[in-house]
Amino acid sequence: MAATRILRVALAGKPNAGKSSLFNLLTGLNQKIGNFPGITVDKRTGNCQLDSGTAAQVMDLPGIYSLYPRTVDEKIVTDILADRNGAHYPDCVVLVADATNLKNCMLLLTQLIDLRIPTVLALNMMDLAARSGQSIDVKALEAKLDLPVVMINGRTGQGVAELKNLLTTNLKPSSKTVYKTGEELEPLIKDIQQKFNLTTPYQAYQYLQQTDNLSFLTPADKLFITARAKEANFFQHKYQGAETVMRYGFIQDLLNKVTLKLSDPEWKKFSYRIDKVLTHKVWGYLIFFSVLFLIFQAIFAWAQIPMDFIDTTFARLSNVLDDHFPDGPLFDLITQGIVPGIGGIVIFIPQIAILFACISILEESGYMARVVFLMDKLMRKFGLNGKSVVPLISGMACAIPAIMATRTIENWKDRLITIFVTPFMSCSARLPVFTILVALIIPDVKLFGFFNYQGLVLMGLYLLGFFAALISAFVLKLIIKTKEPSYLIMEMPTYRKPKWSNVGYTIIEKTKSFVFEAGKVILAISIVLWVLASYGPGQAMQNAEQITKIEAGDTELTAEEFEARVASYRLEHSYAGIIGKALEPAIKPLGYDWKIGIALVTSFAAREVFVSTIATIYSLGGTEDEQTIKGRLRTEVNPDTGGPRYTTAVGLSLLVFYTFAMQCMSTLAVVKRETKGWKWPLIQLVYMTALAYVSAFIIYQSLA
Amino acid sequence: MLPGETAVISGFRDDMLSVKLLEMGLLPGTIVRFNFTAPLGDPICITVSGFDLSLRVAEASTIIILN
Repeated sequence: MAATRILRVALAGKPNAGKSSLFNLLTGLNQKIGNFPGITVDKRTGNCQLDSGTAAQVMDLPGIYSLYPRTVDEKIVTDILADRNGAHYPDCVVLVADATNLKNCMLLLTQLIDLRIPTVLALNMMDLAARSGQSIDVKALEAKLDLPVVMINGRTGQGVAELKNLLTTNLKPSSKTVYKTGEELEPLIKDIQQKFNLTTPYQAYQYLQQTDNLSFLTPADKLFITARAKEANFFQHKYQGAETVMRYGFIQDLLNKVTLKLSDPEWKKFSYRIDKVLTHKVWGYLIFFSVLFLIFQAIFAWAQIPMDFIDTTFARLSNVLDDHFPDGPLFDLITQGIVPGIGGIVIFIPQIAILFACISILEESGYMARVVFLMDKLMRKFGLNGKSVVPLISGMACAIPAIMATRTIENWKDRLITIFVTPFMSCSARLPVFTILVALIIPDVKLFGFFNYQGLVLMGLYLLGFFAALISAFVLKLIIKTKEPSYLIMEMPTYRKPKWSNVGYTIIEKTKSFVFEAGKVILAISIVLWVLASYGPGQAMQNAEQITKIEAGDTELTAEEFEARVASYRLEHSYAGIIGKALEPAIKPLGYDWKIGIALVTSFAAREVFVSTIATIYSLGGTEDEQTIKGRLRTEVNPDTGGPRYTTAVGLSLLVFYTFAMQCMSTLAVVKRETKGWKWPLIQLVYMTALAYVSAFIIYQSLA
Repeated sequence: MLPGETAVISGFRDDMLSVKLLEMGLLPGTIVRFNFTAPLGDPICITVSGFDLSLRVAEASTIIILN
């Protein structure tokens, strides 16, 4: 039966209170991630049928302690809740509270009450609260707050039906007022209330407190408010502090009346015991690095199987389509441009899914907060922050989700530095390039009969990227000036078993956002590159077959060899080939010729394209088989020296170039979005490319 | 303060930070326990009104305590 009424429900609450679990319980797979218009905060919404006549559009707000934001993500909450006429203003809010620690969940609740938003208090983790020796008198709580309270269990889904029922009843705002501004502010508040036609004084007070954070105010409105605030001697921090103290006074009073509690935190002893080990001087770091190692193992070894499968599937698909389609530019675009382009996106899904599974398990269990705790001091030396650890680890799979993960860093400078250096972490797109070059130039022998030289070089490249990230961060720390102090005030959640369905939802969510965010750019660029590589000026392209025939002369060529030669000739005379040749003077000091130049150009879409480009240039007829490419590269001759083209010097120079260079359009696009402008992505592009060029130059010149 | 000790909060030295600390439930008059430090001595973990919080030493030192 179709719903006749759609309620907008917003979920609010502090981090780790179980908001996401409730969101998943309410909406199931019926959720989507979008963006709030104009800003970069993810908007998680989902639909839920409440009863036969009512549906709800549920929105998951970022986890917050109060209406005063600390991170970019959190600014959105006041923006939504203070704007009665806004498109996202909810019909009611469900405040998810952690019953084991009701006190600091209530601050936001009292603010919602003062905003006069109809609110339901959902008490989560009542079972844990009971185990900790607390009992809460729900009836008394309801009466004192004048709003409905439900007990839910985010793990089992208990109480969700009751909550749904409650939402269908016409909820009214609570009649209580918790915080009254002092008398001296009353004229000011009244003015603003009148000017903007606001129903509650607290709303006007928020206009005063957060003038700059409210995006719906026009510049003229903001000027009016700041001018009035100045006249009335309004100091934001002073009043904010007083407000918080007053609210906690109310909360303490309330909790004294409605809760019974044993003072002994016996139930937490287990958590403390784990902390003793996990934050231990030796064991703490040892365990952290073992966890890291396990994650890498998962990303690189386990993800290989599905990745190989995807690779062959797309190659086959491309061939099948090629055989069945008639010739023509449009069909070529599909078989050689679009299908491999999509393949290039899909291939990263296993790694991204596994990485986010690991990160989400660590976050759900409460370990991530300990990693931040362990690493903060070390990271701070380099201008980073304990919270930079997660983005840097994610950067090993792909810089795009990693840069999006920096949003949890409160301080703008710390966040910017993290965004800036994350692309130095060797992402999975560099791996195919590394593998083939390392295999080519480093002998497959063992050091002390144990360590494989090739493996050591590969690890060295990862470390090189990591140290480049640290050193760059350190330099930036000295350059960027900021008035905003960096701080780390973070709750240490109690350890608990991860809820697997939440892990599942995170994987789906992150993968989806990667495919759609990065996918668009990668696909677009693959198409552009395809055009550049398949078309060229003049007649050379059309006459490729004839010219190849003439060149071949009397030599007998099989049909395949002939095709491959034609393709190679075409690439040489295409726009991409021309760009490669134009680049040659610039890259010659690094030891590269125009063929490598073409690969550098195409790598700008995504680094792993290097391999397929090389395959085409050396007329390998579309193969991506490592052995074949390796064999062909080994025999390539440098016409200037008469020796092999891929000497150790050239190989190392290329490896270092790929480690440092910013060759990823999608990353630049994400950086632009996250830093709100072209300034930082451009600096990043210039800096990384320059570093790559100079390092490759030094390596080649000193070895050649 | 040494790890394991408890004290009563009496105020703050930094206006900017105090707002954030207050929001987390560090109110004047509440009891705070210094649990342990991170292996490198910074940040530290404290317990206040029933939950654990991690702070940098510089931040923790803006909290004025009564003994």
